This record gives sequence, structure tokens and C-alpha cells, in this order.
Amino acid sequence: MFKRTLLLDASDIQRALARMAHEIAERNPASANVVLVGIQRGGVHLARRLSTLLKDVWGHDVTVGALDVNMHRDDLNHRVPPQIHPTSIPFDVTEKNVILVDDVLFSGRTTRAAMDALNDFGRPRAIQLAVLVDRGHRELPIKADFVGKNVPTSLQERINVALNEEDGEDAVHLERQ
Amino acid sequence: MTWNRKHLLDIQSLSAEEIFIVLDTARGFKAVGERAIKTVPALRGKTVVNLFIEPSTRTRISFELAAQRLTADVINFTAEASSLKKGETLKDTARNLEALNADIIIIRHSATGAPHFLSRFLNASVVNAGDGAHEHPTQALLDVFTIREKKGRIEGLNVTILGDILYSRVARSNIWALLKLGAKVTLCGPSTLVPRDFERLGCRITHDVREAIENADIINLLRIQHERQRKTMFPSIGEYASLFGLNRARLALTKPDVLIMHPGPINRGVEIDSSVADCSRSVILEQVTNGLAVRMAVLFLVNGGKGPQEIRA
Repeated sequence: MFKRTLLLDASDIQRALARMAHEIAERNPASANVVLVGIQRGGVHLARRLSTLLKDVWGHDVTVGALDVNMHRDDLNHRVPPQIHPTSIPFDVTEKNVILVDDVLFSGRTTRAAMDALNDFGRPRAIQLAVLVDRGHRELPIKADFVGKNVPTSLQERINVALNEEDGEDAVHLERQ
Repeated sequence: MTWNRKHLLDIQSLSAEEIFIVLDTARGFKAVGERAIKTVPALRGKTVVNLFIEPSTRTRISFELAAQRLTADVINFTAEASSLKKGETLKDTARNLEALNADIIIIRHSATGAPHFLSRFLNASVVNAGDGAHEHPTQALLDVFTIREKKGRIEGLNVTILGDILYSRVARSNIWALLKLGAKVTLCGPSTLVPRDFERLGCRITHDVREAIENADIINLLRIQHERQRKTMFPSIGEYASLFGLNRARLALTKPDVLIMHPGPINRGVEIDSSVADCSRSVILEQVTNGLAVRMAVLFLVNGGKGPQEIRA
């Protein structure tokens, strides 16, 4: 069946997120202007964790939104209809530094859809991208600003991100058939 | 569980899981209507045809707006202004629309089974917007969506459908949806309009309004459809209103948290008293809002339900 290799365990994930939070803080001196937007589902949990970590660095709350990009995908004709999760951006993104958060960066199409979707909510001053795992194989000119771990993969492999909030454990596995 | 239907023809053939997929998807689309920019590009470049052979305003407008909010192109086709008047058959009309590369055809027709008929030879998706007295699936979906949103569940609730059941496609679709999702359904109205046959579906039937509404969590009122009644099924509108209309006095007999629903258009003073239609327990206008979200979800799902396909240039 599946051959599974553990890439990151719970403490690895925690350390990666802590480092990413510091990198985000370094890149964004105007901390009050930063908002986090997680891409459903995994990205939302990661955005919440980054928000907590950034609060320790900056000493103030960092707002978190959730974005479902499925209505903006360009591959709706090639797959069964995706499940739609709530989008909740309870703040104006105009002139904000928006950090998009996702669990895995792959083709870049989700990120493109997220930028399109975000456009409907206002005009951010800047959009940056934070991902826990970058597995390569980009199909669009998109690059992450903050990366937890770079993992060179083949197209036959899958990255499985399990998060406490959803799956009861923190772990990133590489799966191969 | 994923959605893999190309058409939405009726509720009878859906599973409870499929109904829940529509309801969950609709929740996401409802939020789109609350934004400053109310459109998403999910059906960009698709053509949706409203083929309304029987007059309708609210359902057609709701479907039209739903398609527009998904960035589809919409054509409205009504019987009065069409070549059906010149003797063209429904099949030929539909084939002509498909020759124009229509992706989704939404049909309302006075004949039961018209959407099923189209679905047998069209490549386009077919959505039933009401066929005769048979089904009106999106109405039932928006009704259960509203119930779930307000009550948090559907299973175990007592739902009373009051009024003209015999001629009502809304009643039939609602009965299927509610029973599949585990609600208890009571039908009430004059014996001429509430046939005993419905007991075989698993509904309870009563002709005593008081008994029908006392324990109801939801009362869904149906309009007396003058246009569908070939012969008089009850002596007068006045008598119907006094025996079965939901007025203040009858409302006082209901549970304090009862929901009053109506698919519209309402006949004030007939099946529903004006003050009841406008009271805080009435969710009639929220049904209209939810109808738009549910129809967006249905168009989104049937479009994807065709499975992998070539991208059209």
C-alpha cells in the first residue's frame, strides 16, 4: 500500500512555525498592519498558531481570517466538486500586509486562486505567502516568502499534513504508492 | 462522499448524504452574498439557460441571479416569447439551446417528468425548477437549509405542511427531503386537497388544524393554487381561510419557537394572516435569501458533477 516517511514531527512543526513567525516579524516592522489569512482547511489552523507566536513577539493581537478558494479555482472542470468551507475575513484587507498561510505549496494554483479571492475583499498593500511545506512542481510563477520545510518530491508522492486541531496529532508524512 | 450528479431532477432519487452536500455547499455560497463584491468566478465562461415554459417570476429571478453571481452567462427563455408558440417541440427547443453550447438548462414545465425527458438526450446539465405537480427540488433544498440554519438540525423535528398538498410539487419535494433527513412530517388541509395516499410515503395526515400545529416545530404553509385547480376542491376562499388559515388565534396554540415558512407568493388573508406573515417567527423572506444560496450551490455542483472534461477555448 502506502510507504510513509515521517518528515516533521510535532516539535519539528512547532520549531518551524516559531522560526517563520520571527521571519515574518523581521520582514514586517509595521506589525500593526499585518493580518493573517489561512487557506481552508489546514492553512487556517496554521494561521491561528502563527498569530499566537507573533503575539509573543509583538506584544499585540494579530487578526486571523479564513479563506476558501474553491470558488476561484481554475480546475473546476477537472475534478469532482470540492467541498466548500466557510470564508470569514472579518476585517478590511485594504492597505494591509496580508500573510496568506497554507499547509503545502505544490502547483501554486491554490495560491493564485487565493490571491484572486482576496482581491474581492479589497486591495492589500502587499500579499506574502507562508507555507509549512514546499514540495516543488510549480505550474505558475509563484514563490513562498516563508517556508517551514523544503521537500523535493516526485509527482507520484503525496504530502500528508496532520494537525492537532483536525486529526489529533501534529505530523507531516511523505506517502508513496 | 462526493457529488457526482450531472443533473438535479428530483429529491426522490437523492440520498441524505447528497442533500447534506448541497446544504453545506450552500452555506459557503450564502456568505458570498453578504460581501461587498457578490460574485465569484466558479462558472466563468459557462452558459446557463432559464427555460421557463410555465410562468414564474421568483424562481426564475433567483436562478438568474444565482448564475450571475457565479459569473455565468444567462439566457432567459419564456414560453410566451418563443417558437414553442409556433409549434416547435420541447425536444427541438432544448436541442437548439444546446447547439448554442448551453452548459446548464434550468427547466420549469407544467408536465411532470419534462426535466427527466430532457436529461435523456442532452449533454448539458438539467436542473428541475418545477415540473407539474411532481417536484420542485430547489424549493425543498432551501426549505431544509432554512430549517437547519434556524434549528441546528432536521432529524426528529415535527414539520407540518398545511394547505394544498394534492397539486403541490413543493409539498412532494419537501416530503421526500424531510423524510430522508429524519423529520416527522404531518400533512393537513381539506380532505379533497390532502389525499390519504401520502400516508404510504410515511407522512401523518390530519384534517384538524389545531392538532396539526400544536406540536409542530415548523409550519410550512402552501398557497391555494387557483391556477392548478380544474374543479372546485372546497366551497370558498373565505371558508378555507376560516378553517385552515394561520391567524393570530391559531398561532397562539403553537410552540413558542415554531418557524412559519411559506414558499411564496403568499395570499395574505387566505392561508396566512397578514400579522402572522410579518411576525418574528416568520422566516419567509429568509427563505428567499437562502434560495439564492442553494441555487448557487446546485449550479456549482451539477457543473462539476459532469466529471473531467475538456476546457473549452
